[in-house]
Amino acid sequence: MSTVVETHDHDGHHGPAKGLTRWLFTTNHKDIGTLYLWFSCLMLFIGGGMAMVIRAELFQPGLQIVQPEFFNQMTTNHGLIMVFGVIMPAFVGLANWMIPMQIGAPDMALPRLNNLSFWLLPMAFGILLSTLFMPEGGPNFGWTFYAPLSTTYAPSTVNFFIFSVHVMGVSSILGSINIITTIFNMRAPGMALMKMPLFVWSWLITAYLLIAVMPVLAGVVTMMLMDINFGTSFFNAAGGGDPVLFQHVFWFFGHPEVYIMILPAFGIVSHIIETFSRKPIFGYSSMVYAMASIAILSFVVWAHHMFTVGMPLAGELFFMYSTMLIAIPTGVKVFNWVATMFRGSLTFETPMLFSIGFVTLFTIGGFSGLMLAIVPADFQYHDTYFVVAHFHYVLVPGALFGIMAGVYYWLPKWTGNMYDETLGKLHFWLTFISVNVTFFPMHFVGLAGMPRRYPDYALQFADFNAMISVGAFMFGITQLLFLFIVIKTIRSGKQAKPEVWEGAGDLGLEWTLSSPPPYHSFTVQPQVK
Amino acid sequence: MKKLVTKLVLVMFSTLPFVIYSAENSDYNMPVGVTEVSQSIFGLHMLIFWVCVVIGVIVFGIMFWSMWKYRKSKGAVAADFDDNFWLEIGWTVAATAVLIWMAVPSTQVMVQAYDDAEGEINILVTGHQWKWHYEYMEDEVSFFSNLSTSQEQIDNKIPKGEFYLLEVDEPLVIPINTRVRFLITGNDVIHSWWVPDFAVKQDAVPGFINTAWTNVPETGIYRGACTELCGIKHAFMPVVVRAVEMEEYDAFIAEKMVLAEAERMLTSKEWTKEELMERGESFYMTNCVACHQANGKGIPPVFPALEGSEVVLSDSAKQIEILMDGIQGSAMQAFGDSYSEVDIAAVITYTRQAWSNGKNGDGAIVTPKDIVDYKNKIDL
Ligand code: HEM
Ligand SMILES: [Cu+2]
Repeated sequence: MSTVVETHDHDGHHGPAKGLTRWLFTTNHKDIGTLYLWFSCLMLFIGGGMAMVIRAELFQPGLQIVQPEFFNQMTTNHGLIMVFGVIMPAFVGLANWMIPMQIGAPDMALPRLNNLSFWLLPMAFGILLSTLFMPEGGPNFGWTFYAPLSTTYAPSTVNFFIFSVHVMGVSSILGSINIITTIFNMRAPGMALMKMPLFVWSWLITAYLLIAVMPVLAGVVTMMLMDINFGTSFFNAAGGGDPVLFQHVFWFFGHPEVYIMILPAFGIVSHIIETFSRKPIFGYSSMVYAMASIAILSFVVWAHHMFTVGMPLAGELFFMYSTMLIAIPTGVKVFNWVATMFRGSLTFETPMLFSIGFVTLFTIGGFSGLMLAIVPADFQYHDTYFVVAHFHYVLVPGALFGIMAGVYYWLPKWTGNMYDETLGKLHFWLTFISVNVTFFPMHFVGLAGMPRRYPDYALQFADFNAMISVGAFMFGITQLLFLFIVIKTIRSGKQAKPEVWEGAGDLGLEWTLSSPPPYHSFTVQPQVK
Repeated sequence: MKKLVTKLVLVMFSTLPFVIYSAENSDYNMPVGVTEVSQSIFGLHMLIFWVCVVIGVIVFGIMFWSMWKYRKSKGAVAADFDDNFWLEIGWTVAATAVLIWMAVPSTQVMVQAYDDAEGEINILVTGHQWKWHYEYMEDEVSFFSNLSTSQEQIDNKIPKGEFYLLEVDEPLVIPINTRVRFLITGNDVIHSWWVPDFAVKQDAVPGFINTAWTNVPETGIYRGACTELCGIKHAFMPVVVRAVEMEEYDAFIAEKMVLAEAERMLTSKEWTKEELMERGESFYMTNCVACHQANGKGIPPVFPALEGSEVVLSDSAKQIEILMDGIQGSAMQAFGDSYSEVDIAAVITYTRQAWSNGKNGDGAIVTPKDIVDYKNKIDL
């Protein structure tokens, strides 16, 4: 399929509108990308603030700062915001900015839809956050909202939560449709599928995952809505329903969801490693196949989150084997990154540092994932801080490092200004150290037996918890530095060349555009050799 | 500077395994536990851990070495290869082989742990918001196990004891060297019953009965926790199991049966208001305060106040009904199933006298006999 692309401007100059309407009514992929990224940044600080409340309470045993009810609201909203409000919007923002520029298109295929899918998000999170100010308080049943705690026993604000999840789901689905349409219809001539940049590939696969599982999430919250308000008993044992059904449906969404949060980071990091190794990515096609097989396998592993729920032996073994299988394509990706660096010519600018941090620490998260996949061992790990350590390793130095690496990598392209390399490196090292001080000891407290989602704990866990809290505060403060660096770069900085990074000119179409790029990226489609 | 940092990182990662290794059997690692199953699981855990360490050392080793060797600042010139068919096939096969090799012992331990055959002793474990209920199926003995750490300790008003949050008023008692099967279920929301030293963790799901088993070879006190988020007091419903010699166990059961008999006698006794008040207050303080609070003011709107409530002031029949059957769709559970007539009558009497209620309401006294009558009426 091909699309006719206008090759000339009608009215000579055509830039952004002025003032607030530029942002409200914008249909431009860069403006919308920027909105997504700032939204994600705002949510990072709100969700991060909640994490600070959690860590302040856990600094010492006993209840000091907040009561358990509010603590539960904090853990729940922290999780929901970080997953749906930070990681996912940041990736969509990067997709908006980069996909048209990487495939040689002027904009996204469906610009008005694009505007809608962004503006749904502030609405969804406005609704969610408003519940915190209602008399009954916000959702307090964990980001996994297991029934019947989230139905029969939930505060009535759960209805706002359900609505907000529906709105987020609509936003994600619209965004995915847009991305798939763009990738299939607007690639520059000559850009065959197997020549697409890996970030584009990663998003193509992610968008399919989203379209497949977001309706499942919508389904499960709708069933909750019916149980709460209309007398059905999907998840109510007293009415003949099945609380475990909730978990099966939720995790059928939930496991693919965790890959939605990492695949785009795989794409970003692949570009950065090849750029700063000055050597093409090793095993391009195996990278693509690995992502595709991870995506497919992610549909058959969901019950590894439910090993203690009481499944038949055959079920436990099946989900153990399928989960172990996922480690193979994940491993292949790590091997490929290492092989790309091998015999390269390496420099260590901030994006590269974040990418190396990503490869190392994400792999540690992969190792703990593998340990968690072993069912009998999971009986001991499940619902302890060991799991918390695992998913923070894959999500913070995983997904979030991927996003930060991408921001540093492309920021000079977006703004036309170089960021301050010294500050960038400082930001990396402070982040790298504090991430480990925060999340590494969680493995130990988890193994020693501290359950997750506890506002208070036994005395033997006190030392590690104090350490974790100190790390967390350090991490939180360090991210203000990130904000400062980004704002500073937007306002000033050394003029960036079109290729920005040495030799990047050959690596992707985005580097052939000026820095900052024109408002409509490619008005003339380039020819890809 | 850069070199130093790289070295530092290298040192950090290469010493980690040793730190962990030296910490085996300590507060840093999974407990070895006392049962055969917990020990096999510990072995499995260490095995996978070392496999991960070895893979990590190889992969990170090559990576850090490449970063060191192929620095541009050292004049490294990039090679130009971007694939190697046999290498890629090779590492995929190697990874698969390692996983299959790990799957074998994992499967064996899983089969060992998973066994739902009858036990010599069968105990029904029920998770309640926020306490555990234990019922010895063979002996018709049952009781609740509540956190015994005081609220003052939690609120940092007095120093915390050694077993802060890990102590209960009545631990579960089981005999050693006996196959004990647990039948685990939930009364309201999902809880999860975990004793690390037995490697038993099983969700307590309303409407389902899950099984787990153990056979403990050593006497001792084993402490665990609820591991599925179950509401406000999730962190305050520990599991404590006391494993004892068979003789002591038999004596315990016998004593419990005598107590149960005495409890039944109490129902037919004539109760004075003071006796009911005293018993009611202590019941209230263990079972009701979490939601309705010691001052009876509750945490509205989720947990309504009892002080000044219409029902508590002037409708004792309605109050009996609520306590016995709970309120559908709310956190107010049916207490009638799990507590004696005496306790229910006492706590109703107490709430109708306590705070300002005695002065403002009818102050009706409810006796165990009223509760028995209510039950009989329902049976009809
Ligand atoms: C090698 C790959 C991975 C394996 C084998 C793996 C395995 C597992 C297992 C078995 C659990 C359940 C543990 C339990 O609850 O007892 C788990 C939890 C989790 N994993 Fe992974 N995982 C992997 C990668 C990832 C990635 C890439 C992400 C996200 C970027 C992720 C995010 C999570 C999250 C969020 C949870 C916890 C969910 C919750 O209960 O709140 N995992 N993982
Ligand atoms: Cu999963």
